[in-house]
Amino acid sequence: MSSTHENTQHPISVYLWIWLLLFVLSAFSYMVDYFQLHGLLRWSLIILFMFLKAGLIVSIFMHMKWERRALQLAILVPPLCLLVLIGLMAIEGDYTFLTRSVAFTP
Amino acid sequence: MAVETMTGDIEAPGKVAGLPGVVSDFSSDKQVFPVHWGKAMMWIFLLSDTFIFSCFLTSYMHVRMSTTVAWPNPSEVFALSLGGQPIPLILIAIMTFVLISSSGTMAMAVNYGYRRNRGRTTALMLITAGFGATFVGMQAFEWTKLILEEGIRPWGNPLGAAQFGSTFFMITGFHGLHVSAGVIYLVIVALRVWRGDYERSGSYEAVEIAGLYWHFVDLVWVFIFAFFYLW
Repeated sequence: MSSTHENTQHPISVYLWIWLLLFVLSAFSYMVDYFQLHGLLRWSLIILFMFLKAGLIVSIFMHMKWERRALQLAILVPPLCLLVLIGLMAIEGDYTFLTRSVAFTP
Repeated sequence: MAVETMTGDIEAPGKVAGLPGVVSDFSSDKQVFPVHWGKAMMWIFLLSDTFIFSCFLTSYMHVRMSTTVAWPNPSEVFALSLGGQPIPLILIAIMTFVLISSSGTMAMAVNYGYRRNRGRTTALMLITAGFGATFVGMQAFEWTKLILEEGIRPWGNPLGAAQFGSTFFMITGFHGLHVSAGVIYLVIVALRVWRGDYERSGSYEAVEIAGLYWHFVDLVWVFIFAFFYLW
């Protein structure tokens, strides 16, 4: 049968559970700030909760989990090339910081 | 031949699992994505929007890495005094919960749409729009506080790095614009549901497409919350 049928026939409870999970994950990421965690622990927890939340929203709420593989790949793979941009900008940012530290620090 | 099903969607030709399915979808002499065209186009629009927001966040990363002046501590900048005691980031946390709740109600609206429950679909979509409007209102409050009380401007602020203001107003402003547009979009689609437009056309895809946009707005907020407010 068509993917639409798998797509549309979910019990409401699925959404309520995901909603609850998103609430809990958001509370966790807020706690990271509330308890003033620092350094690597803070950053890795922020990233972890962020990706868990993003994954739940995309796969369940946006129904990506039930789409055909062709659509999944067409939408989810292209953003990976942003990693190149992020990498380049991180190097560039470091370089600018060093140059400024040497040349412009009062 | 594409066959219209009960839901008005295009009947997908035999679904093949995994990578062979991808190959057969792309190589067969037919449209690649057997979904409503509006859904495929909304996904592609969202993909382009992903790139826009990623560029904003990457440039924010760049200016924050490259400034030699201390970055203002978001935890303190966005703290709110409740009962005489400052609670860090509390307004932003509430905004996050409001937006996530709106995503939950939207997901249920889509589900009730496919069950052809007009009343509940309309109600849930209007609730979603209400949450969205609440979010924008809280953002307006936040901006007012930052501009008037903290003296934060796009070109500088008394707390530290000048780039804080420009990236903050740019990123949250663009996101707020998306939320505002989404509220209008949702209200329009909700009214059409109520009027019975999709009952006549036999397809509730429009609700799901509006839902995709709305969930994306929530998704972007997840990243902004993590990188701008928590980092």
